[in-house]
Amino acid sequence: MDRRFPFKVLEHIFSFLDANEDRNSVSLVCKSWFETERRTRKRVFVGNCYAVNPLKVARRFPKMRSLTLKGKPHFADYNLVPDGWGGYAWPWIEAMAARRPLLEEIRLKRMVVTDECLEKIAASFRDFKTLVLTSCEGFSTDGIAAIASTCRKLRDLELRECNVDDLGGDWLSYFPETSTSLVSLDFSCLDSEIKLSDLERLLSRSPNLKSLKLNRSVTLDVLEGLLRRAPQLVELGTGSFSDELDPEEISKLTKALSELKQLKSLSGLWDLLPEYIPVLYSVCPRLTSLNLSYATVQMPDLVDLLSRCSKLQKLWVMDMIEDKGLKTVALCCKELRELRVFPSGADLDEEDVALTEQGLVSVSEGCKKLESVLYFCVQFTNAALVTIAKNRPNFRCFRLCVMEPFAPDYRTQQPLDEGFKAIVERCKDLRRLSVSGLLTDKAFEYIGVHAKKLRMLSIAFAGDSDLMLHHLLSGCESLKKLEIRDCPFGDTALLENAAKLETMRSLWMSSCFVSFGACKQLSQKMPRLNVEVIDEHPPKTRPDSSPVERIYIYRTVAGPRQDTPEFVWTIHKNPEVGVSRLSTR
Amino acid sequence: MRGGSELELGKSNLPAAESELELGLGLSLGNGAWRERGRILTAKDFPSVGSKRAADSSSHHGASPPRSSQVVGWPPVGSHRMNSLVNKQAMKAEKREGKEEGKKKVMKEEDEPKDVPMKVVQGSGFVKVNKDGVGIGRKVDMRAHSSYENLAQTLEEMFFGMTGKVKPLRLLDGSSEFVLTYEDKEGDWMLVGDVPWRMFITSVKRLRIMGTSEANGLATRHQEQK
Repeated sequence: MDRRFPFKVLEHIFSFLDANEDRNSVSLVCKSWFETERRTRKRVFVGNCYAVNPLKVARRFPKMRSLTLKGKPHFADYNLVPDGWGGYAWPWIEAMAARRPLLEEIRLKRMVVTDECLEKIAASFRDFKTLVLTSCEGFSTDGIAAIASTCRKLRDLELRECNVDDLGGDWLSYFPETSTSLVSLDFSCLDSEIKLSDLERLLSRSPNLKSLKLNRSVTLDVLEGLLRRAPQLVELGTGSFSDELDPEEISKLTKALSELKQLKSLSGLWDLLPEYIPVLYSVCPRLTSLNLSYATVQMPDLVDLLSRCSKLQKLWVMDMIEDKGLKTVALCCKELRELRVFPSGADLDEEDVALTEQGLVSVSEGCKKLESVLYFCVQFTNAALVTIAKNRPNFRCFRLCVMEPFAPDYRTQQPLDEGFKAIVERCKDLRRLSVSGLLTDKAFEYIGVHAKKLRMLSIAFAGDSDLMLHHLLSGCESLKKLEIRDCPFGDTALLENAAKLETMRSLWMSSCFVSFGACKQLSQKMPRLNVEVIDEHPPKTRPDSSPVERIYIYRTVAGPRQDTPEFVWTIHKNPEVGVSRLSTR
Repeated sequence: MRGGSELELGKSNLPAAESELELGLGLSLGNGAWRERGRILTAKDFPSVGSKRAADSSSHHGASPPRSSQVVGWPPVGSHRMNSLVNKQAMKAEKREGKEEGKKKVMKEEDEPKDVPMKVVQGSGFVKVNKDGVGIGRKVDMRAHSSYENLAQTLEEMFFGMTGKVKPLRLLDGSSEFVLTYEDKEGDWMLVGDVPWRMFITSVKRLRIMGTSEANGLATRHQEQK
């Protein structure tokens, strides 16, 4: 009797598995489960494009319809990764184009995407539907035009915070002349002006468009006309909100906004002028997501707006909201799940900004569903952190950025160890944490002991010694991504916990005390890790004791990568001398 | 003075004879050219920490230490947002300029919107401290101390635990089996305590707690240099 489960039955069962983590577990059970799973996986996620070979991925998943890739490490967002480091999309596009022509969706984050890549996508995938590029670079609006003109079934075209070579707004006219199948269009990161008539006509022939995010150059006076052509919008990102309108224009705009009966998400709002806040009143009660992080609006006006947003689940705002404004949020926005407060660039030398730890305490008290926070603040106290932790044990993501490096609890002058201890002790589901302020090794001992579900941790200007890293690597069982800058330790903890690194996606350390010798040792000891040393100008000789500027370590089954630039050293390049190129004297 | 940091592995505490290595941090937004070099930044480099803002006013030697907004990649705000901030600061500066009568330009950190330069740092800050027989070193903030006694107390707490003893000068007066030494900017190892405190903190690069017997040779060498 054949004891194996029939393939068809397994296949049917696996079709109910969505989460890739579940699919990954399932594929490890036995060969037949591996085979069945791989033949049924439609959405493929690769967290580090260098961890695995594109051809192998293409071959493994014949039914692949959606591919998500991430390239550069997260700290690249803050200019800590030099240009030219890598993260090229081309090998992946090429591999998929050759083997998986039925691919419909490509989502890339922090990768280098060229016009050639975009043209290849347009030419190779006949059912292509979704292109989402986040924090990508290397392409121009010509590449976008290629996608627009060739992908007849295009539904989503989203450019989120990309660095685009903007050659002008022509690309918008390249969409098919008859109707389009567009559902979402985001060109908010582009600089240049687009032709209004192109946009208006596009909207008129895109009946399925639900999400539209304009760029800053789209002026306020044309917004009303655009909205009239797309009253079915669910997400709207406006352009600039500061141009002068006469009373009639204001009234027309107000009406057009009130007609957006399905609108749930509002963003853009660049330079929002206080006199235009009433224009937004009609959409507030329905909003679940509001991004005011580019709106230079003062607290009283923010309060005016936010007190009407009772359904708000996601709020991004600048620190001009002040403690008072956050108190209003705590009172009025009972559905809030995610809060981000960004710095407005207020000069630190001026009088204290009226956003303190109190703001976050209020929100943690009033908003019972709050689970994700990013908070920039000048200074903090342990007491506040303890209160916040008590109020909200349901945090999944807690990122606190005390902007003064090494700032202690400003009331007690103590390190913020106890405060963060409270956070990790109480928030048992914490997946992501960023710490800041004055922290000793003790803080990291607490994190190692308590933060068992923590997957991603970001640290800057903290700790005293190697113990800090040791606590983290030996304690945090679920740790997948660790990024550290300007901390005083290195070799010992790294080498002692080398095995841990194979269980993680990646480790980034910059401006720490890691020696070149340790990097070599680690490389030799752990062949399934890629250890990259990234230095400004690789020195002519590199003694073992010399410190390295940056080290990026990640697990991989693809072996050493072939596309490293000069300033990246790996042991495969030149193990003896330790520089990527021998200098001639 | 350009500080540097040398690395020690495990127990080999004596410095190797290579030259100092600078840790470059300079980067600019957008064009990828690597600009100025810096070194590991420490609390000293942010004189406006907490209530110590007064320290800023007493800064002397030319280029002042960087403000936290001058450090590359700090605060950790994405570059799209940073550009927006920078433009706002530039606009604020212009407004202020407009209000002032003279033509004196208000120098803000970010002159070019796409650039966040890192200024060279003067003076000392956190220095690494190793004790003989202990593999893992610690770091101590020189700026947070006002005197040798102060420093000795901190080090005793760090390396010897809270002994509760009344004599705080065990490390400095030669009465214990350990003695405190430091490496100065010329690379020489000296006994701590011979020079005025202010001079000491500008020249100390590293500290080492070593056995008295080993230190005897040091003292002699130091005297010879006089």
